Amino acid sequence: MKKLRALAMVLLPPAMATVAAADTVRLAVTTSTDNSGLIQAVLPEFERSAGIRVQVIAAGTGRALQIGRRGDADAILVHARDLELAFMESGHGAHRREVMFNDFILAGPAADPAGARDAATAADAFAAVAAAGEGGGARVESDGTDVEDGDSAVIFVSRGDQSGTHRRELKLWRAASVAPGGDWYREAGQGMGKVLLIASELGAYVLVDRGTWLAYRGRAALAVLAEGDAALRNVYSVITVNPQKNPHVNNKGARKLVDWLTSRAGQRAIGGFRIQGEVLFHPLVHPR
Amino acid sequence: MNTLGEATLHAFQLLFTGDAGLWEIVAISFSVSLRAVLIATPPAFVLAFVLAYGFFPGRRVLISVFHALLALPAVVVGLLLYILLSRSGPLGEWKLLFTQWAMVAGQIALSFPILVAFGHAAIAAGDRRAWETASTLGASPARAMLTLMFEVRFGLLAALVAAFGRVVAEVGCSMMVGGNILHFTRNIPTAIALETSKGSFAQGIALGMVLMALALGLNFAVAMLRGGRGGAVV
Repeated sequence: MKKLRALAMVLLPPAMATVAAADTVRLAVTTSTDNSGLIQAVLPEFERSAGIRVQVIAAGTGRALQIGRRGDADAILVHARDLELAFMESGHGAHRREVMFNDFILAGPAADPAGARDAATAADAFAAVAAAGEGGGARVESDGTDVEDGDSAVIFVSRGDQSGTHRRELKLWRAASVAPGGDWYREAGQGMGKVLLIASELGAYVLVDRGTWLAYRGRAALAVLAEGDAALRNVYSVITVNPQKNPHVNNKGARKLVDWLTSRAGQRAIGGFRIQGEVLFHPLVHPR
Repeated sequence: MNTLGEATLHAFQLLFTGDAGLWEIVAISFSVSLRAVLIATPPAFVLAFVLAYGFFPGRRVLISVFHALLALPAVVVGLLLYILLSRSGPLGEWKLLFTQWAMVAGQIALSFPILVAFGHAAIAAGDRRAWETASTLGASPARAMLTLMFEVRFGLLAALVAAFGRVVAEVGCSMMVGGNILHFTRNIPTAIALETSKGSFAQGIALGMVLMALALGLNFAVAMLRGGRGGAVV
């Protein structure tokens, strides 16, 4: 009997937690907001004040939108304006609010063999990377290892996962009139943090959001090579999943979450999240 | 940059200072995998017995199928379950996607072939006379089956340990249908995947050590039960 009770102790509490209560909101967020630590820093205040538990699933924007489309989350926090508008237009979203922004930066080896640092615009910097990459800086041996060409090996690591960052990267290649491909262009297919670490290991160029960049400072041996261009502005929106398409979603809870995120308290929490004194995400609704 | 030594040292600190977050993840892992193996074992062993002692057309084919299923990639199980359990899927009404029970379901699917294949091997290698004696003494088929299973209990235990080892270390399916939700569906393997992607290796190493300690403990336990007759089983 005692053994049985011990067994029940091991099995039951987590089992009971799986009963999805009405006061649980499921939020699919981009990896950049999760890997940087923002979500974990901000949400507990909402959970306390609203008495709602938030379950966070980290996925790239493409997958987060798909999770919303299938009704497997109540709200999504993403950053790809054209995809978001298409999501709203097709009726999958009920309510969309822009919450916060930061910017993308082009990071790369400090030696900058492609000369991206000297480019006037972000598109020009991307064009410089492509030109240096195509110029044969990086070659791959048949066994997959890189040929060391001194400092001249130019590699770009792409997310390659239909995330918001990946979409923006493709937009920048288009602006630079480049069709990326070839040995210098590597699609990693992983989250932002991992891709940044891969780029750091390879001494490669990478497009990264500033939030993740700051959160990973000290772990990525790269330098900022292009920043500040309007084409690099990065806006995050929160969208509630349309209850008319997916009747089972917790729309009430999702609305509460959106209202809180865009309230003064929520915006203050977002703006107050700092790493080494630097703001990672700037509130949009109530800027200070 | 984190060196391996630093990360390992930090990992030990996490382990022995009773870091709550770390042990919560360990508890979720154990709870999910234990449930999965406990649910999968009875039907799997009965099927293993039927495959060893029954005579029906397609028996050999079925055995081969279960051996082939040992190679089933966890992500494929995860993908199928994801499509089934999604709110837009055929079983969406069950509201199971991104819950622990979805992870349990995936791990049942992954452990079942192991339990059947290894269980079948153990039972087939057992002494046929145990079954015959029990039957002649008037035991019901079910009773006789249990007698036989008791005879080959170490082989069956090995199958159990192998199945548990497989599912507790499995990442693809848990990540897909569990969603790696903190406090809820984040288990050891998905946490390691996440910590690695975040570049914070200490927690990954700490969790990896828990898994290894578990595997060692299980193997020692089985070896002790066998009274030193057998070697490692996983």
